[in-house]
Amino acid sequence: MATYIRPARKRKCSKTIQEPKRLVTPGDVITSDTDFMRGHGTYMEEDKLHASVAGVVETVNKLICVKPLKTRYNGEVGDVVIGRITEVGQKRWKVDTNSRLNSALMLSAVNLPGGELRRRSAEDELLMREYLAEGDLISAEVQSVFSDGALSIHTRSLKYGKLGQGVLVTVSPSLIKRRKTHFHNLTCGASIILGNNGYVWISPMAGAEEEEGGGFIQNLEPVLLSDREVMTRLKNCIVGLAEYRMMLYDTSILYTYEASLKYTLEELLKPELMEEVVEDTRRRLEQET
Amino acid sequence: MAKVQLSLGEKTFIIHGVQDGLRTDGRSCDAFRPMELECGVVSNTSGSSRLRLSNTEILVGVKAEMGKPRPTRPNEGYLEFFIDLSANASPEFEGRGGEELATEIANTLTLTYDLKNVLDYQALCVLPQQCCWVVYVDVVVLECGGNLFDAIGIAVKAALYNTRIPKVKVQVDSEGQEEIEVSDDPHDVVLLDTCNMPVLVTVSKIGQQHVVDATLEEEACCLACIVMAVNAKGALVGMEKKGSSSLTMDSIQDMITTGKKVGMNLNSNLSSVLQEIGRDASSSGFLS
Repeated sequence: MATYIRPARKRKCSKTIQEPKRLVTPGDVITSDTDFMRGHGTYMEEDKLHASVAGVVETVNKLICVKPLKTRYNGEVGDVVIGRITEVGQKRWKVDTNSRLNSALMLSAVNLPGGELRRRSAEDELLMREYLAEGDLISAEVQSVFSDGALSIHTRSLKYGKLGQGVLVTVSPSLIKRRKTHFHNLTCGASIILGNNGYVWISPMAGAEEEEGGGFIQNLEPVLLSDREVMTRLKNCIVGLAEYRMMLYDTSILYTYEASLKYTLEELLKPELMEEVVEDTRRRLEQET
Repeated sequence: MAKVQLSLGEKTFIIHGVQDGLRTDGRSCDAFRPMELECGVVSNTSGSSRLRLSNTEILVGVKAEMGKPRPTRPNEGYLEFFIDLSANASPEFEGRGGEELATEIANTLTLTYDLKNVLDYQALCVLPQQCCWVVYVDVVVLECGGNLFDAIGIAVKAALYNTRIPKVKVQVDSEGQEEIEVSDDPHDVVLLDTCNMPVLVTVSKIGQQHVVDATLEEEACCLACIVMAVNAKGALVGMEKKGSSSLTMDSIQDMITTGKKVGMNLNSNLSSVLQEIGRDASSSGFLS
């Protein structure tokens, strides 16, 4: 299969997928009851509560929010994020984290090579680009949120830091399920980081010294073909899940991976087969709950 | 071209992957991403198409209008290409940012479609030196996910297949004046023969290997590529090199062989899909 073209009308609409219960578009009236509290993604007009974004209505007691399906990332303290360095400044890096404003990574918020603990000097400032240059990817944690919504992030733990070889997948941040841990070593033989900001990092299973190095040691040796196959399959599974709006977390990804094993990597590129794989996963997940 | 920044680790991973013959999305080096094609999407055009190649989305509208033939070719009609890189596709294209690339693509298309046997240009002429059909091909890039040239090439061919040009009659009245009468019957139309129209195939050199249909990330790792125009018989009818790096004779030969093979496959697949869609397809609209 060198090329594959299908007419758009062959794209079938899945009947099996149920529409989420309260799906609203901007301007839809959510309720005319005034007893409720107004949350994110809503506005009041003529004593009625309207949605200001397209998404799913969520109610917690008396608070009504609309969670948008497609959005920029709204940071919260403690979130794990993946970011790309866009600018090296004085004492801080500017990082793209898929949010509305660039995030800041302060020089004082990173670990120095060798884990030295001291005040950052002028020499450290000069060496900043040696450590993180434009285009580099990092994993980090949100330290604080400024009043304008910009984030300050830190990498002061050995599990965070510069990322080595691997692939980045970008999905909508609302598809990442919040869990206790976002770092997973999957049993299929690759590790993933599910950034809360919708950036997913897939990398080969790391060795012990690399994991604890905080990203200072870069391993640029070719990845084994078998590992690479696992990673590509994982990538396609995550892209497929995101396309059919399924929540991403370790179990859903692993189940999709297992369901996809009956097809080769080449076959899996066909949208029809991917849909089938996602459908299998959905059924399996529903059975378990 | 719209560029993405990549870290050293990502680049290394992509380059080694191409060397192993397994790209980051599971394709082999000579495979295209799956495409989705739709014809007759814009109702007020003579012909239109929409192509989606993974994240690249192209909309093409064709409009046939009466015009004057070019002085150098008095008894032929002609095609005119215009590319609009919308700022939706990439913030880089905002304002005049995409103009350079747009002209580049338009020039490539003009050159490939300018050959005599691509289309019967004489049939587009109504009155030599006075009146002919000018076919305006307008391309809008709605989303950019790499490999713009190939996607636009396919979409343009599909839109031309879908094009319906009204039949015209020339009558000479009593005073010797010629009068043109355009048929207003929507079924009394001339269709274009797309058999000999080429598609574009871009072969990009990554590391020591070459790939077709590079993604945006792969384009960032590629230093030089060749855009080839290949027709249904697998003949190379045009070629252009892009990028800053140089290529050796050997690798150019290899790339041409790949390009021809893929181009032929693409042409035959495209024509069978177009036949399936049919000439007078009017779709439910591409927003649905």
